[in-house]
Amino acid sequence: MTLQEKEQEIIDEFAIYDDWMDKYEYIIELGKELPLIDEGLKTDNRLIEGCQSRVWLHTDFDGENMQFSADSDAIITKGIIALLIRVFNNESPKNIASSSLRFIDEIGLHEHLSPTRSNGLASMIRTMKMEALKKV
Amino acid sequence: MNETIVKLDVEKIRSQFPILHQEVYGKPLIYFDNGATAQKPKSVIDAISKYYTKDNANIHRGVHHLSQIATEQYEDARKIIQKAINAPTSEQVLFTKGTTDGINLVAFSFGQMLKAGDEIIISEMEHHSNIVPWQMLCERQGCILKVIPINEKGELKMDVFESYLSDKTKLVAVTHISNTLGTINPVQEIIEKAHALGAKVLIDGAQSIQHTKVDVQELDCDFFAFSGHKVFGPTGVGILYGKKDILDAMPPYQGGGDMIAKVTFAKTTYNELPYKFEAGTPNIAGGICLGTAFEYLNGLDMDAIHDHEQELLAYAESELKKIDGVRLIGTAENKTSVVSFVVEGTHPFDVGTLLDKQGIAVRTGHHCTQPLMDIFKIPGTIRASFAFYNSKEEIDVFIKALQRSVNMLL
Repeated sequence: MTLQEKEQEIIDEFAIYDDWMDKYEYIIELGKELPLIDEGLKTDNRLIEGCQSRVWLHTDFDGENMQFSADSDAIITKGIIALLIRVFNNESPKNIASSSLRFIDEIGLHEHLSPTRSNGLASMIRTMKMEALKKV
Repeated sequence: MNETIVKLDVEKIRSQFPILHQEVYGKPLIYFDNGATAQKPKSVIDAISKYYTKDNANIHRGVHHLSQIATEQYEDARKIIQKAINAPTSEQVLFTKGTTDGINLVAFSFGQMLKAGDEIIISEMEHHSNIVPWQMLCERQGCILKVIPINEKGELKMDVFESYLSDKTKLVAVTHISNTLGTINPVQEIIEKAHALGAKVLIDGAQSIQHTKVDVQELDCDFFAFSGHKVFGPTGVGILYGKKDILDAMPPYQGGGDMIAKVTFAKTTYNELPYKFEAGTPNIAGGICLGTAFEYLNGLDMDAIHDHEQELLAYAESELKKIDGVRLIGTAENKTSVVSFVVEGTHPFDVGTLLDKQGIAVRTGHHCTQPLMDIFKIPGTIRASFAFYNSKEEIDVFIKALQRSVNMLL
């Protein structure tokens, strides 16, 4: 499945929700389900400090594709991270660096990526792309 | 419904605030973020529109008709505000950009008259804007900052404050009402005790101006700073009141037009109060319409407002306590209509996001009081702050929405 196909899959999953609270119920479930990061990796050098919530991000590269694991102290932030990781994991640095992440807009979560939202997500995506760019 | 609420006529008041009558995410808006900024009555919105439609001109120097009208309105607004806070003269009412600007003015200008070893007292519950300017001053001048601690209810430890006071104390800068905790500080007592040792007192009135009748002469404070937007006026304008002898002794803050008497390359002399501290073209519409906001408030019964807001506070606190895991942050005996809380097992950001999707605007996070969050050992709080246009019915909707959010998150 290509990165774009994974994005489309998420867009289709969210299409069934026409109520905001149902949408967030699903995001919260995603946040609760995923053990995203090894506790030992939640160190200060992996911490992205947001004004509202905090995000820890760990990056791996096997020479071909990238792997991310991450966590947040806020469950909604964590749910959105789960979606980002689903899209970015096992993708080449080139694909990640050039991705527009249109699914975020399509499912109505763009507000979470605004720098003023200060939940660490905007900085996290920036860091993910920077890490990818280093490997291109 | 008791007599006070009937007297205040919340429905009538609500009809004067156009912004309240809208839906967000398909739900009726409930605006509980009044501590951050208050909404504007129609009279203020109309005044802004009228100014730019009919009266806009630069003030103080124009000989033409519009300039004179704009100047008159601007200076009239200063007088309206002077009366509202009971300042002795209008020249002691300085227009600023807001509370932060007013505090920075004092920290820079009054601060220039301080020397190494002089002490400044603030408190643990200050907003960053009443912490950082003093830290910067201490770095510049070598002054020493002392911080009054609070107890577990969020009240100042007055005995420690008294122990900090000495002849080295030059300024006490404290908030009248805590934006995070709602605590109303005993500023009268603080002022009396500071004055007894010759120290000056600055009151951060950002929160109090919306909720209480401020009388700067009765308080006897040396400085009082507040923002227009928190008192139902426009953003980008505020007031710094100061005692005349102190303002006269203080050097100018910023240089530019309006603040000068005569400019030559050999020597420039400065204008008189209040213009000495008002360099450059000010926020003219903002100043005029802040006057309109105070005129609006003059038409309301502040005692009835106080009773109504206290009733909202008591009701919100008692309903919140019924929700499992809710912990109120800030339980001072003397509080304004602000409730800060956390819910065990949830993050404030998550709760705030879910409330937003149900049409309810609250503030989450550290509220620009990071040291206070460290003291309570929490990442932030959820804060609902009520104004006189809020109702018990809105609190009922909020409590239901909160319960639903918590159920989803746990």
